[in-house]
Amino acid sequence: MNKVLMSGNNVIGEAAIRAGCRFYAGYPITPQNELTEYMAEHMRNAEGGIFIQSESEVAAINMIAGASAAGVRVMTSSSGPGISLKQEGISSMAAQELPGIIVNIMRGGPGLGNILPSQGDYFQATRGGGHGDYRTIVFAPGSGQELADLTMDAFDLADKYRTPAMILADGMMGQMMEPVIFKKPKPRQYPEKFMLRGAGGGKSKFIRGLLLDPVDSEAHNWKLARKYEVISENETRFEEHRLDDAKLVIVAYGTAARIAKGAIKRLRSHDMKIGLFRPITLWPFPEMRLRTLSATVKNFLVFEMSTGQMLEDVRLALQGYADIEFHGRPGGAVPTPAELANVIARVYEQKD
Amino acid sequence: MAKIVFKHPESLKENIFHYCPGCGHSIVHRLVAEVIDEMGIRGITIGVPPAGCAVLAYNYFDVDMIEALHGRGPAMATAIKRCLPDRVVFSYQGDGDLAAIGIAESFHAANRGENFSVIFINNAVYGMTGGQMAPTTMLNQRSTTTPAGRKQSVDGYPVKVSEIFSRLDGAAYVERCAVSSPAGVNKTKKAIRKAFQCQLDGLGFSLVEVLSLCPTNWKLSSVDSCKYIDEVMSKVFPPGVYKDLTGKTGKTAEARP
Ligand SMILES: Cc1ncc(C[n+]2csc(CCOP(=O)(O)OP(=O)(O)O)c2C)c(N)n1
Ligand code: SF4
Ligand SMILES: [Mg+2]
Repeated sequence: MNKVLMSGNNVIGEAAIRAGCRFYAGYPITPQNELTEYMAEHMRNAEGGIFIQSESEVAAINMIAGASAAGVRVMTSSSGPGISLKQEGISSMAAQELPGIIVNIMRGGPGLGNILPSQGDYFQATRGGGHGDYRTIVFAPGSGQELADLTMDAFDLADKYRTPAMILADGMMGQMMEPVIFKKPKPRQYPEKFMLRGAGGGKSKFIRGLLLDPVDSEAHNWKLARKYEVISENETRFEEHRLDDAKLVIVAYGTAARIAKGAIKRLRSHDMKIGLFRPITLWPFPEMRLRTLSATVKNFLVFEMSTGQMLEDVRLALQGYADIEFHGRPGGAVPTPAELANVIARVYEQKD
Repeated sequence: MAKIVFKHPESLKENIFHYCPGCGHSIVHRLVAEVIDEMGIRGITIGVPPAGCAVLAYNYFDVDMIEALHGRGPAMATAIKRCLPDRVVFSYQGDGDLAAIGIAESFHAANRGENFSVIFINNAVYGMTGGQMAPTTMLNQRSTTTPAGRKQSVDGYPVKVSEIFSRLDGAAYVERCAVSSPAGVNKTKKAIRKAFQCQLDGLGFSLVEVLSLCPTNWKLSSVDSCKYIDEVMSKVFPPGVYKDLTGKTGKTAEARP
């Protein structure tokens, strides 16, 4: 297959359509507008494709929930404030076990913040985000190619586990142009019995939300919890970069990991033994692998474009078996690899 | 052989309603089910119940149903109908659901001319949460959050949904009825049937507003509740056909693929 040069936002849109997404609803917000526009343009040419510019992000998430119940592959996208508005709907999709993809092209926050790349929504994404005991699968792509691959995979996993999944990228990933190859999507495997399409001559079905009976409600929560456990066991993904001889391991995801790779390249040319551990799924977090690493590596540096959110998961994973330093740039600040290299070098030399 | 003049609608399950005695929801459920039976559309109907007293409607209707979040029924119904254009889709909503928290979803679904029907239960209070002020609570009407009666100066005016929605170009059929009398019940049933026919004909958005009894929160007997609808509510919310494009041909049929 041919390589094509596309912006990150467009890659997500194209990958979604190729994966069989046939319903998209969204509301404009920078820095993800290109994705909404891409869907407007290209859903028209996809057989059965439906695009709706909704009246709000709240409407969009409830629209995709409805379309998902009807048995269609669905996606919505937004950023910061809009993702906050979707949270009740995401919680409800998790509760009603409706598959669907939510794309968050993160921008600076809190509040309206700004439209620059940021990673301040990690807690929101990985802790469920809305109310109640639930999780969403969260992918953090680190390149154009991963935007394509993981978007397709996200649809498969959302179906497989009947749960919403999130693509968590940022303004930088959304804008950047990279060559990508779109893989061949797998055929959809989603049983009709989960689709609500009218009873026909048979028994009617319902998908409920309110579980007034505490016995039902607790059982439902445990059922979801068991599902999340299976996801944790089977779907954790990460990348290890130059770890074999590393004395200091940077832990970073998405854009931060790209910057870290640039920094590591520089530092390696000065003989500093530095590697990168990059979570690709933020939930489930690659906790076990990180803990195993602490048997051989004693120094970690978490780098995030936030004041320190994934940092908490790294602490939980390492359980005090290794030292953890942190470097953060919140609010839309994006350091260059050279700047980050200076920070890393300082830490490295202290530890050496 | 005796002729059957009354039977349990097939589109209604045998479950016993949890609604308070005299509640308008029970009446309207039955009417919707009868219409579904009579039109022979049980197998192609998908209902979207709300958060509100009708939250458990899926226990009663024997059609496919998905419960919406509070106010978001029209967003769900929009998507379901777009994905399955040959199904009959209805959202069932209270006044808080439609005219307060979900006004945006309702308004824009109507304005887009989404080809589904809304059954709108106006009981002038928040029934489920215990009788607080609704957007349709009338001036001077007492509720648990307007203990001295609704005051225009702080609470604004009752929202007149049929009047407002009938002004939207996407709305094809809007009628307000009342289930406070046998004649009103019959009219309501006809209106529901017309709304469903309207969507089968692909004409666009239809809404049936029903002035509906909430004896519990009105603190009135069922009989007095009927009187209250006829003598008080109907003055603020006059029943009638607010918009009807169902007779016209060609209208908006091309707007919906
Ligand atoms: C986001 C959200 N806010 C509040 C509620 C609580 N709630 C449930 S139903 C309801 C009001 C219902 O009133 P109405 O729509 O008039 O329906 P009725 O019970 O009168 O039929 C409220 C406030 C909720 N479920 N979700
Ligand atoms: S509170 Fe009112 S609307 Fe709710 S079930 Fe009782 S009578 Fe009906
Ligand atoms: Mg009400």
